[in-house]
This record gives sequence, C-alpha cells and structure tokens, in this order.
Amino acid sequence: MNTEPATAATPGIAAAPVAGCELLTFSLGSEYYGVDILKVQEIRGYDTVTRIPDAPPWIKGVINLRGAIVPVIDLRIKFRLATIAYNEFTVMIILNLASRIVGIVVDGVSDVTRLTPEQVKPAPEFGAGLDTRYIAGLGALEDRMLILVDIERLLQAEDLARLAPEAGRAMH
Amino acid sequence: MSIDLERFHKSFFEESFEGLDSMETALLALDIAAVDSETINTIFRAAHSIKGGAATFGFAGVADYTHGVETLLDQMRAGKRVITQGDVDLLLRVVDVLRGLLGAARDGTPFDAAAVAATQAEIHRALHGEPAVAGVATAAEAAVAAPAAGWKIRFAPRPDLFRSGNDPLRIIRGLEQLGRLEVEADTTQLPSFADADAESCHLAWNLCLHGDVTRAEVEEQFSWVEDEALIEISALPAAVAAVAPEAAPAARPALALVRSNPSEALAAATPAPAAAPGPATTTRASGEGSSIRVGTEKIDALINLVGELVITQAMLTQQASTLDPVQFEKLLNGLSQLDRNTRMLQEAVMATRMLPMEAVFSRFPRVVRDLAAKLGKLVRLVTVGEQTELDKSVIEKITDPLNHLVRNSLDHGLELPEARAASGKDVTGTIRLSASHAGGHIVIEVADDGRGLDRARILTKAQANGLITAAQADAMPDAEVWQLIFSPGFSTAEKVTDVSGRGVGMDVVKKNIQALGGQVELFSEAGRGSRTLIRLPLTLAILDGMTVAVAGETFVLPLNAVVESLQPAPEQVKTVAGEGQVVRVRNEYLPMVALWRLFGLNSEVREAHKGILVLLESEGRKVALLVDELVGQQQVVIKNLEANYRRVPCISGATIMGDGHVALILDVGELVRSTSQAAAA
Repeated sequence: MNTEPATAATPGIAAAPVAGCELLTFSLGSEYYGVDILKVQEIRGYDTVTRIPDAPPWIKGVINLRGAIVPVIDLRIKFRLATIAYNEFTVMIILNLASRIVGIVVDGVSDVTRLTPEQVKPAPEFGAGLDTRYIAGLGALEDRMLILVDIERLLQAEDLARLAPEAGRAMH
Repeated sequence: MSIDLERFHKSFFEESFEGLDSMETALLALDIAAVDSETINTIFRAAHSIKGGAATFGFAGVADYTHGVETLLDQMRAGKRVITQGDVDLLLRVVDVLRGLLGAARDGTPFDAAAVAATQAEIHRALHGEPAVAGVATAAEAAVAAPAAGWKIRFAPRPDLFRSGNDPLRIIRGLEQLGRLEVEADTTQLPSFADADAESCHLAWNLCLHGDVTRAEVEEQFSWVEDEALIEISALPAAVAAVAPEAAPAARPALALVRSNPSEALAAATPAPAAAPGPATTTRASGEGSSIRVGTEKIDALINLVGELVITQAMLTQQASTLDPVQFEKLLNGLSQLDRNTRMLQEAVMATRMLPMEAVFSRFPRVVRDLAAKLGKLVRLVTVGEQTELDKSVIEKITDPLNHLVRNSLDHGLELPEARAASGKDVTGTIRLSASHAGGHIVIEVADDGRGLDRARILTKAQANGLITAAQADAMPDAEVWQLIFSPGFSTAEKVTDVSGRGVGMDVVKKNIQALGGQVELFSEAGRGSRTLIRLPLTLAILDGMTVAVAGETFVLPLNAVVESLQPAPEQVKTVAGEGQVVRVRNEYLPMVALWRLFGLNSEVREAHKGILVLLESEGRKVALLVDELVGQQQVVIKNLEANYRRVPCISGATIMGDGHVALILDVGELVRSTSQAAAA
C-alpha cells in the first residue's frame, strides 16, 4: 500500500482526494490541479458577478445560481498568477462542499482522470514561504504533474467562514 | 393484533399540548361570576381528549390523573357545582402538572410526583370537601355514588360495533377482573344462518357483577362503546338496601365511606355519565375544525419556489417591455395576468406562514397572573391587536423576549399596591401589550404604568461598570441612558439588576430582536411608567425595496427605511473637519455617506449635487446616502448571503433582480449605527 506514506505525510486531511477516486483536472496558467469529482456540481462559463464590498481580491463576488447566492473565487488571483484574463473561455467550476456552494474561476478544465496509488506522491514541504496545507498530494500523470487540492481546506480556511473583522469597516 | 401506536405518539402529544393551551386560555377567560357554558365545555373537551388519547396510547398515569380532573369538570359542566376562584386556580395548577406529565411521558423522564399527588389530593378535596349545589344532588345520585354489592348490566351493542374495532369479549373480560361475573348471552336477535353477517354483532349480554365495585368502574369498562351500545346498569337491589336503607340520607354515609378510600372516591363521584353518554364522543370532533397539519419545511419549500416564480415573472416582464404592444397584445395581456396571479399566489403562500399575535399574547395572562400573585402586586393585563398577523418563525422567536419584557415590567416596573396608592395611582397596575402594523413593520409594545426607569441609578451603575464616564453621564440624553440597559454589562451580575432596577438579559432581548431584523426602543417617564417598542419586519423573506445604482452596480434599500430622496444644491453640502460631510435638509444637518466611498466603488459621481441623496432613517437617526441614481422600486426576495459566503458589513442580504443578476441589500440599521460611531470617534 503506497498510499500509506502519502496520508502519513499530510496528517489530518481526511477529505483529501486519494488514489482511486476520480479527479477533475483543471489548469491555472501552466500548472495542473485536480479536485475530487464528487465535489464538483457543475461547470459553467464565467459571467458577470456582483461585487461584494470589503472582500479580498480573489473573491470576485457572488452569482445567482438558480436562486442560490454563490460566491465566486478566482483561484488565479488566489495563487498569484501573472496573467488573468476574462474571456469566453474562462470557466467556472461550481463545487459543492460540505456546507456551502462555491464557484472557482480557472483557466480551463482539462479532463477527468483516475490515479493509481503508485501515482500519488506526498506533498513536499516548502517551509514557511509557501502554504501547502491545502495540497493533499502530487500526482504523476505521464509527463504532467497534477497538484491534488484539498478544496475544502483551501476554501473554507480563512476566506469564507470567518466573519469580517471589525477593523474592516472603512467609515468616514 | 398489534398496531404500532408509536407513530401516533407525536401527534397525540402535539394535540395534547395544544389542548392544554386552550384549556389554560379558557380557564383564564372564565368569569366565575357569569360562567359561560361554552368555556367550560372547551376546558372539558380538552381534558377529555387528553384522557382518551392517553388511555389509548397506554399512558396510564396521564389518563388516571386526567380522569379525576374530568370528573370535577363534568360537575361544573353539568351545573352541579358552583365554580369558585379556588377551582380555577386548582385547574390552572392541574394544567401545569399535566404539561409536566405529558412532557415526562414524551421524553421518558421522571415527573414531579409530589405535584401530581398534591393536585390530585386537591381535586379530591374539591370533589368531596365542598358540598354540591343544594337540591341538585338528588337522592338518586347519592345511590349511584354508593358502591353497591353488585351490578346488573344489560349490554346490547349495535350491529356495527365490530366496525369500530371494539370487542365485546374484551369488555366482558375486563369486568371479570372486577369481581365475580355471571354472563348470559342474549341470542334472541340472532338472525338465521343465511342472513347472518359475520361482521355485525347480533348478540346482547345480560351480566351480573358481584363484588365491591363502584358504578364508575363498571362504566369505565364500557367507556369505548357507550355510543355504540345500549348499556343499562342498575344496582343489585339487595346491595343498595344494605348500604343505604333509605335513599335520601344515603348521600352522607356514602361519601363518608368513600372518603376513607381516595382512589375509589374519585371514581365514585362521577355523576351518572350513562344518562348523557353523548358529549364524550361528540366533543371529540369539534376541535378539529378544517385545518391540516403541514410540516414547516414543506411550506418553506413552497415559499422558496414562489420566490423563484416571482423572479422569473419579473424577468419575463422585463423582457417583454421592449415588445411592440400592438403586435404582441395577447402575450402582454397574458403576462400581466401572470403578474397578478403570481402576486396573489405569493401573498397566499406567505399567509400560510402567518399566525395571529394571539399565539404569543395568549400565554401572558397566565404569566402575569402567577407572577403578580407571587409578588403581591395587583395587575391588569390589557392586550390589543391580537389579530395582527406575523410570520410563524418570527412569532416563535419573539416569544421569549416578550416574556422577558413583561416579567421585567411586572417585577421592576410596577409598584406594590401600597406604594401606588401613596402616589395617588390606581392600586391595580396596568401592563399593556399591543401589536399593530405600521408601514412595512409590525410594532409590538409592552407598556406599564409603573415607576419608570431610574435615570440616576442606571448612570451610577454604568459608571461603576466603566461603560461611561461621569462627564458623559451628565450630558447624556434620556434616550441614550435607557439604551445603556441593553449593554451586556448590565445583565451579568444579579446585584446589578437590583441596583439598576432592570436589565436581566436585556442585551439578549435586544440581540434576539435584532437577529430578526427588528429594533427595540425604550421610553420612560419617572413615576408614569415605561414602554418598550419592538419593531419587526413583517416577514423575513420578502422586502419592499428601492433599487439604486452606484458605479453601474445595483443596490437595494429597504423601502421602510427610506424617508425621501432629493438632489441637493452644492451649497447644501458642508464639510466638517475637512473630512466628514453633512447635508442641510430643512434646518437639519444630516451626516452624509457616499456609497461609492463606503464600498470602494469607482463611481463618476463624486459630488453630492451630481447624484441623488436618499435620506434613510433607523433607530430614530437619519443619514443621507449618496447614490448615482434611483432605479426603481420593487419587491425583492431576500436571499441569504451567509449560506455560502459570510456576513458582510452593512449588507443584510442579497436578492436576484429581474435580469438574473445579484443585487446586495443594504443594512440601514448598521449603516446608521456605524456612521454615528464613526462620528463619535
């Protein structure tokens, strides 16, 4: 069982995509990412969002998803990608997490793939410089490297659930 | 044959608790000087249903207990008993005990056996300690009450007895448990074999029961079939003669005899229900009315769907507005009809969630009565506007805060009768509960004519708690002093309450009301009383909104907060300390908030005179909000922003506009508060 070291290296991540489950892969710039396909509700084109005051820059705003108000997060801004373009190819992945629905903006959706336990490698430690807590592991897919994202950890962490700090009220 | 009765338990408990509520209401409404038979009937019906249900579902404790109560009530109903205030008090305590018993039966927890025994003993005393109305207690009844040595029973069921699920054999076996039983089946009605219907009962029985059994115990066995059978019960002649040689004086010895045996006494006193078996079952149906129980989640789903429908409808109307009215006449007509129908549907669906305020108010007579008695105060409770309707979820959440306010008024607001008399007031204090519609709000008011709030004490306490400084205290207007009561510091320690006069959990009251989108205001006049005003939105789901645009984005302002809108002249806007802006509107300087600056939007309208000022009012304070333009006015369905995101300052929610876009709804209360905070800082 090769998964053992992988999970051991990233303790405490239970919901992480593990080998054997299907992953939806998407691209951000030149990097490829994978999320558990069971978390994906739908994929849709990017349309206008309603901005939310006082939100961090990577939260683009909210959209109307058939009656539900769903926040949209631009992962490209979150991951500090150099070029961020909104065009007809920009894609939004609607994720259904434990308690909330969230949309993420990515450069493109590639395909659905399944990794064998041998293909999943533990996430490396980068030290203090890079927060890798949301990386559940790395997948070796032929010549590409797939970053397996623990999407719940990534999105629920500090951006969404937290109440806005009192100091954030810019009043005059 | 075993039916799973468990699944009916929930509705039994629900109905029983409702029954207790109506019993309580009726008891409180009961005027002992002029007893209304309908009120007594209501009380009796409730008790009877609980007893019947409890017996069916095997809650023997509840059934037994209620039986005694029913006996007492039956005497009142039949006019055999003069109702005294003591009886009413006793019955109110009984309602409490029953609530406890039912709760215990439901949750499987132990109940307060002492209270049960105490009230049971009281009922017993009430039944036997006080003489029945003279002249009504006839000799015949006395004989009935006497335990006979035996009973002769004629039991002739109607043919359709089996269809109601009754089994005569079970009844006969039950009788057998009471004493030696002689059974003789009467087969005279038995048809010929060819005509016999196996599902009909053609038999009758002549029974002879020997033993020390009360008539009530015998009747109990037939209680389920009393409407479906001819039942004649007569005492065995020899036995009656043995106990009471003469019928008339029999009453006293008989009662004396039963008094020594309490458990039997309750039963023995049941006055011949055989004579009037009707009410027992006919009353059962009358409480049901024409309503059905529906889970709230079903209604909520319906409301959500209608909300979607309203949005879709608005979208269609918007799309159709560009069409040529001549060419598309029929389509447009259809759309306007759809618009009307949608609105009516929406109103109808919303109405299903609406309950009259009575649901809340009805509990207060009891609360006030009990607390007043405990505190030794004389209180008159006046309720106004019970018919005002409010969303069920709001009703549920407003009950506790209101309860708190009423208790506060009674406990701290109203003075003792002597003190009231000394200050020349009516010795009976008045607490007034009222509910009314005002604009898009419902206003609930709790007012008392007590001593009012004590400004000095509140200020002293606030200083001691470090809420304010001595310098601030002197200059503070009354309205702000009263607001201090709502600060959390006032409710932490018990002694704070004693000093300030009020404040137990007032911060919680305020928090709860604010959570409902409401506001609390306090008014007080020393020596004259105080009143608390609660303003609540009519419903939590739909809002009348004014849509405004800033930098191409749409925002919704709750219409009930909008006072007016105007386009100011440049000289109306002044700067304070170089930064803050105020606008002069009819001799009033109002702080001005620019929405583009507040939300960091890139608007081209930077000066007030180029845009529109919307004057907003909340909690008695006004601000002027600068927006680019007014868009329109429409009803919006409030969507929760927190479900998938989080709370955003100054935003109370979001909504979906006709074109499918999301618009944010401004939280005017917070906007006004934060403005004044910023001004104070």
